[in-house]
Amino acid sequence: MRTMGHETPAGDLRLANLTKRFGVFTAVDDLSLTVPQGSFFALLGASGCGKTTTLRMIAGLEEPTSGQVLLGDRDIAGLRPYKRPVNTVFQSYALFPHLDIHENVAFGLRRRGIRKVTDQVERMLALVQLEGYGRRKPAQLSGGQQQRVALARALINHPQVLLLDEPLGALDLKLRRQMQIELKRIQTEVGITFVHVTHDQEEAMTMADTVAVMNAGRIEQLGAPADLYEYPATAFVANFLGQSNLLAGEAAGRTGDDLPVTAHGARFSVPADRARVDHGPVFLGVRPEKLHLAADPGEVPAGHQHVGGVVTDASYVGVSTQYLVRTAWGSELSVFAANSGVGGRLAVGTPVTAHWDPRHAFVLPREPGEDDQTAPLLDEPPVGVPS
Amino acid sequence: MRRWIADRWVMGVALLVLGYLSLPIVVVAGLSFNRPSSRLSYDFNEFTLDNWTQPCATSDMCDAVVRSMEIGLIATVVSTLLGTLMAFALVRHGFRGRAGINGLIFLPMATPELVMGTSLLALFVAAGVPQGFWTIVIAHVMFCVSFVVVTVKARLSGMDRRLEEAAMDLYASEWQTFRRITLPLVLPGIMAAALLAFSLSFDDFIITNFNAGTTVTFPMYVWGAAQRGIPPQVNVIGTAMFAIALLLVGASTLRGRRARRAALVAPVAAVGTPKSAS
Amino acid sequence: MTALAHVPTSAGEPAAAPRRSRSRLLPYLLLLPGAAWLLIFFALPLLQLAAASLYDPGGSLSTGYAMTWAFDNYPAALQAYWPHFVRSFAYSAIALVLALLMGYPLAYAIAQKAGRWKNLLLVAVVAPQFTSFLVRTLAWKTILSDNGALVGLLRDVHLLGPDGRLLATPFAVVLGLTYNFLPFLVLPLYASLERLDSRLLEAASDLYASPLRAFQKVTLPLSMPGLIAGTLLFFIPATGDYINAELLGTPNEYMIGNVIDSAFLVRLDYPQGAALSFLLMAAILAIVFGYLRKAGTEEVL
Repeated sequence: MRTMGHETPAGDLRLANLTKRFGVFTAVDDLSLTVPQGSFFALLGASGCGKTTTLRMIAGLEEPTSGQVLLGDRDIAGLRPYKRPVNTVFQSYALFPHLDIHENVAFGLRRRGIRKVTDQVERMLALVQLEGYGRRKPAQLSGGQQQRVALARALINHPQVLLLDEPLGALDLKLRRQMQIELKRIQTEVGITFVHVTHDQEEAMTMADTVAVMNAGRIEQLGAPADLYEYPATAFVANFLGQSNLLAGEAAGRTGDDLPVTAHGARFSVPADRARVDHGPVFLGVRPEKLHLAADPGEVPAGHQHVGGVVTDASYVGVSTQYLVRTAWGSELSVFAANSGVGGRLAVGTPVTAHWDPRHAFVLPREPGEDDQTAPLLDEPPVGVPS
Repeated sequence: MRRWIADRWVMGVALLVLGYLSLPIVVVAGLSFNRPSSRLSYDFNEFTLDNWTQPCATSDMCDAVVRSMEIGLIATVVSTLLGTLMAFALVRHGFRGRAGINGLIFLPMATPELVMGTSLLALFVAAGVPQGFWTIVIAHVMFCVSFVVVTVKARLSGMDRRLEEAAMDLYASEWQTFRRITLPLVLPGIMAAALLAFSLSFDDFIITNFNAGTTVTFPMYVWGAAQRGIPPQVNVIGTAMFAIALLLVGASTLRGRRARRAALVAPVAAVGTPKSAS
Repeated sequence: MTALAHVPTSAGEPAAAPRRSRSRLLPYLLLLPGAAWLLIFFALPLLQLAAASLYDPGGSLSTGYAMTWAFDNYPAALQAYWPHFVRSFAYSAIALVLALLMGYPLAYAIAQKAGRWKNLLLVAVVAPQFTSFLVRTLAWKTILSDNGALVGLLRDVHLLGPDGRLLATPFAVVLGLTYNFLPFLVLPLYASLERLDSRLLEAASDLYASPLRAFQKVTLPLSMPGLIAGTLLFFIPATGDYINAELLGTPNEYMIGNVIDSAFLVRLDYPQGAALSFLLMAAILAIVFGYLRKAGTEEVL
């Protein structure tokens, strides 16, 4: 895995070879990464991938089995949670039920011996738009309000790093979108490093400057949201972040600037700078919205690559229509066609040609024996898996 | 019509059973205003307020009540302290021999009082310990501890660990976390446990009877008086205890929500549940 | 942020080590006082009782007892008092059946049907418990008295003969047992019935279950933990009880508890009293574990 390679100023958060084992289970496996000061960093992954454990090790709530947690040049891995300049917004908020909102927000200041807290608390409540709620108990607030109290309670301490553990998970969709924008606004305003753990890829992409996709205790890929989406590094990322059509194929070295790939008896070509490997078993990947459908093979633009098939399903979802196209070898490709008013809708049973610009395709390593992957990964994992 | 009956017969039976459970209290309250025809009579004879105006006409009885309260208070303080510490160890810490400790806590609740009473008697006699006030206290602490553990444990394990983590994350040391977060949140459970311990101690007869020597507690006084003739003031005490209980339990329960109701039932409910105890 | 800049930097490993060892010791320190109390005043006395049950039956409290491993104490005690054992288990078994018939509807009604009266009903069950149970048991003497309204009524409708009585009969003792321990059955049962989601019953009736079948297939299995707990909490003290037999019965209704009480406190025959105590405990434990095993397997089914 690559870490973000640049100098480390005083405030960068660095994890170095961080490992956490629970008995025989390795939750976090030799993880190294750098979070630049002031950035909004998202750890994205399914439940049980180790992202929450990583967060808890940064907070000091879990002791690493080995490795370092560095803040600037200082290793804080051995410090108790209350000695770290790090605060957490907990999943389900963990507001103290017996204290009112004012005292909840003032809690950290008081523990550090600060007497005059009222002004600061008022200002912080204003920042999260909860003026006048100070005397209420947490149970009297709605989910969204509780979430903002949890945020205020952490931010008031001006931590060097703010950790957010699925902070929006308990909110309904509309409120979640609103809070995403809110969180991003506050982060820009206060300029604190945010490390945000989530399983919601849309949430991660909307808010974070840098996203790290975690799987089985390791980082699969790390980068800017657009880079991850447009050019994923692994099949896991390609399917976890959005949806992909991955065709199982073989590559046998590049030809000039292109990499020829043989898949299901057809030859395709991908620009060499869009290939993660150029030998052996590979996946040829195309995002569903990069695929276009032509009823007549003659409509395929020059330079586009294509496969033939039959429409087996068409779901109208408003902004787009989502088609399933069964290929000659039996895989069903996903195709998203924007309902832009250009071109008619295709009925089920229509023979079509799916085509794409080779510059939108990518080539990923594939385990020998793995077949096509065209169905999306579930981003909501089964209930009961520990996160 | 059939549907109406089908919907309501359970409630009807329940009210009858409640009547059965309440009948003796009504009788006790009634008899507290009774002037009995003879010492050994249990029947209602004549209305009087004398028993209430002179509750200590039989001074032995009031001495016994005071003694029961002293024993109850000491046993409550000690057993609540010991039991709460054990509950914290059980819920919050890993240690070797958990099954043994669980057994040690569960067994006193599953052992007939008679066996505990006689075995303590056998021990005190064999060890030559003179029986009296303090042997009663020792016995009461012994059988109260388990109930305290179970009650506090129920409250403690229902508490969100994240609250303590959040406190630590917000610069509270271990002690500050305990003082500001854990203790205030567990306190209702500890209070419920203390109330339970006191009522168990105050009302205990069987174990006390074997270990009291010549010391007389209120239940022992009642037992003795049952042979010689019961002074009607006993019913005054009985009615007063009920009234105090109504004030304590009733006030907090009727005002409170689920949490308080749970605190009321938790001790008794948790006690026998073999899964929670073992 | 400035306040935090002074956090000590060198407190890594050396500071962490003592913390860990202290927290490893802590649970034992927390457990020590309580566990010691229970070991010394609960477990140790049981050993002493076991020893006492094997003392020479010829000794006495004044002359002292010799340990003669007199295992004969057990058959001798059983031979002398087996009717009391039988009576104890018979009375408490009948009382248990009555208590189940009364307690289940009560617990169910409070948990599922009471609505806003729930707290009131709960208080009505719990509050009387705070009045001394001896005083309450004595109240039954008044209720069941030969001169009382109840006996008069029953005589008038010829359910009792003209000289029929309720007091000083097995009926009075069983009724007293049922009354005294009913709340111990009701409260755990209530606790598990309260957790029962009433939508499950709606689902059952939606899936063609009659109310009876729904009870049998949904309510009863889900209330099993409370039912088991309540049954044990009722049965154990009821079997060892001797207060009700003493106050509401006659020597003809005496249970094993009365015998043990008099062995220790009147006849001062410690070996016999100890042997009887152990027999009682063994019998109860056998029944409890047999019951738990059976109830446990049924729960799985």
